[in-house]
Amino acid sequence: MDSWFYSVFEFLFAGWLPEILHTPVWIVMLILAIVLPLLIAVAFSVYFDRKIWAAMQMRRGPNVVGPFGLLQSFADGLKLFLKETIVPSQANKGIFILAPMLTFILALIGWAVIPFDAKMVLSDINVGVLYIFAISSLGVYGIIMSGWASNSRYAFLGSLRSAAQMVSYEVSIGFVLVTVLVWVGSLNLTDVVEAQAGGIQNWFVLSHLPMFVIFLISALAETNRPPFDLPEAEAELVAGYQVEYSSMAFALFFLGEYANILLMCALMSILFLGGWYAPFPFLEFIPGWAWMFIKIAFFFFVFAWVKATVPRYRYDQLMRLGWKVFLPLSLAAVVIYSGIKVYLF
Amino acid sequence: MSEVDIKNYSLNFGPQHPAAHGVLRLILELDGEVIDRADPHIGLLHRGTEKLIEYKTYLQAVPYFDRLDYVAPMNQEHAFALAVEKLMNIEVPERGQYIRVLYSEIGRVLNHILNLTTHAMDVGAMTPILWQFEEREILMEFYERVCGARMHAAYFRPGGVHQDMPAGLAEDIMAWTERYPATLKEMEDLLLGNRIFKQRNVNIGVATAEEAMDMGFSGAMLRGSGVPWDLRKSQPYDVYDKMDFDIVTGKHGDCYDRFVLRCEEIRQSLRIIRQCIEEMPTGPVTSDDRKVSPPKRGEMKRSMEAMIHHFKLYTEGYKVPEGEAYAAVEAPKGEFGVYLVSDGSNKPYRCKIRAPGFVHMSAMDFLCRGHMLADAPAVLGSMDIVFGEVDR
Repeated sequence: MDSWFYSVFEFLFAGWLPEILHTPVWIVMLILAIVLPLLIAVAFSVYFDRKIWAAMQMRRGPNVVGPFGLLQSFADGLKLFLKETIVPSQANKGIFILAPMLTFILALIGWAVIPFDAKMVLSDINVGVLYIFAISSLGVYGIIMSGWASNSRYAFLGSLRSAAQMVSYEVSIGFVLVTVLVWVGSLNLTDVVEAQAGGIQNWFVLSHLPMFVIFLISALAETNRPPFDLPEAEAELVAGYQVEYSSMAFALFFLGEYANILLMCALMSILFLGGWYAPFPFLEFIPGWAWMFIKIAFFFFVFAWVKATVPRYRYDQLMRLGWKVFLPLSLAAVVIYSGIKVYLF
Repeated sequence: MSEVDIKNYSLNFGPQHPAAHGVLRLILELDGEVIDRADPHIGLLHRGTEKLIEYKTYLQAVPYFDRLDYVAPMNQEHAFALAVEKLMNIEVPERGQYIRVLYSEIGRVLNHILNLTTHAMDVGAMTPILWQFEEREILMEFYERVCGARMHAAYFRPGGVHQDMPAGLAEDIMAWTERYPATLKEMEDLLLGNRIFKQRNVNIGVATAEEAMDMGFSGAMLRGSGVPWDLRKSQPYDVYDKMDFDIVTGKHGDCYDRFVLRCEEIRQSLRIIRQCIEEMPTGPVTSDDRKVSPPKRGEMKRSMEAMIHHFKLYTEGYKVPEGEAYAAVEAPKGEFGVYLVSDGSNKPYRCKIRAPGFVHMSAMDFLCRGHMLADAPAVLGSMDIVFGEVDR
């Protein structure tokens, strides 16, 4: 993969570009090779989310634009792109515009360390897990900024809730990550996947099943998906921090949200479902990136399924679940899993 | 350090709010997320119905009742028809009474489906509403088949109902009552056992039996608190005394009890619907007093007198003897009453409408105080508010 992509680069640029620009251009090409498919994937994931949701509610879902409504997301995107961006007169203009950009950018740069296949990763850094953790922690800034800058009570309450929620669930996500990392012995995501090589019996989903459940639920909370969609609970806060946003600014929030969901799905595939590895040896003829895709799609389906099934938590109940249930459980798990690692292996 | 003045946060909940069930403007005083005071502002949908009715003949007043609680239109007409019949001493033929009861119960199911599913949506469950509205649509069709309109029926008129049921309708309604419980069960399976749904509703918006009575609750709000009060049993009107059904009561008076209670009330309504269809006699559906109910079209072609009656009824209307009457029905939302004062003319002197939602709305502050912001929509959902009748 790398090699043929590099030959494309050589064909296009190597002949005439000064030597000093080779590396930057190559990196930009790699970034585009991730971001463009990602954005297209986001567009289709919105479509599939709506379709799955519709199917569970015995509706049709989008089916007008393009064959089977496949182009619905692009039509929506175009519509939002052409609309006027309204900045409320009471809003803090700079921060108001900056917030969705920040959310969107953070949702994209997280993908830099995700390995899609063996060697198929933009930046194979040795602190990959920490990097992702840092990026997803920063994600809360976009929301706080938007809620504060909108100068609206609904947005403010929504952003407060969201900040509290993301901070709380990051704690347990962090501890769940630790339980995986002590078994792998590395923070590099490629190493995490390679530690699960050899089929389904080596996947961490089996050895870390309780952690997997906690991580799945925390990932729902981290990405503000139902039943944890309090920041944008339409029954109470209308749309929470997004309430004053329109057109492209709203679209950036929306895209960022779905890119984040996909990122969480990818992370779960890597941490628990063996990343690009096939579950059984006889299925190894399917390429690694396709397995990665299938696993991400599976988790995305679970996300949509949960959304169609459950009501919404209340703010205090959400906090209770985060701090009083998940935190002690994941803390205990860190002790147990490190103990097992140290004494039994 | 100087004194710090901490002010509560007031949130303007509505009138354009997806969970405000119409045009409620709720001023919430928030202490963080906790509600210190809930102040409902009503009147944004006020149309002056009561005053308008004073300028309409008794027959022309009927459609106004469809537009009060537009979720179950015929139940309101029922109260008005009963009040006028009381003033004029008209006896409604038995078949007419059965059809009224049948359609009142269909109205109850219509209302409860809407209320249950929107309540679920208020606490974040989007799926039930989309599952159940298919069934609600079928009920609307039953409305349409009997009177030609899906919502604004004007079907229950003083003296009976406007026209007989078309052939085949009774069988279709019967078939639906056999089929529907499975769909209802699906929704219950999704919600009633769900932990999140329980956490959002159990012990939220609690009113004890005594408090509920002090507040003047009626209907499901009162029965949810454990008071077995149902006008269909306590002072039966039309043929309710011949119907075999149970009064469903709750125990704790919280949102969850009211939700379960309404689910069960749907089942009881289905029982009544089945009995109505099975026992329905043949015969006229409206009183044959030509001073009140219009003659048949065929008759008008032959009889001059019938023609005159028709003309008089649809222009001047009928005169109602002097007096006053109060008639109440167990509408899906509670006791819906109509108090009529007649001065002997063809128009009511005064028509006071007692809407259950108005009374329940006034308890908003009492029920919400001390709860979280997210509980306000749950309480509002369980109160079953429709602004058509609250604002009138």
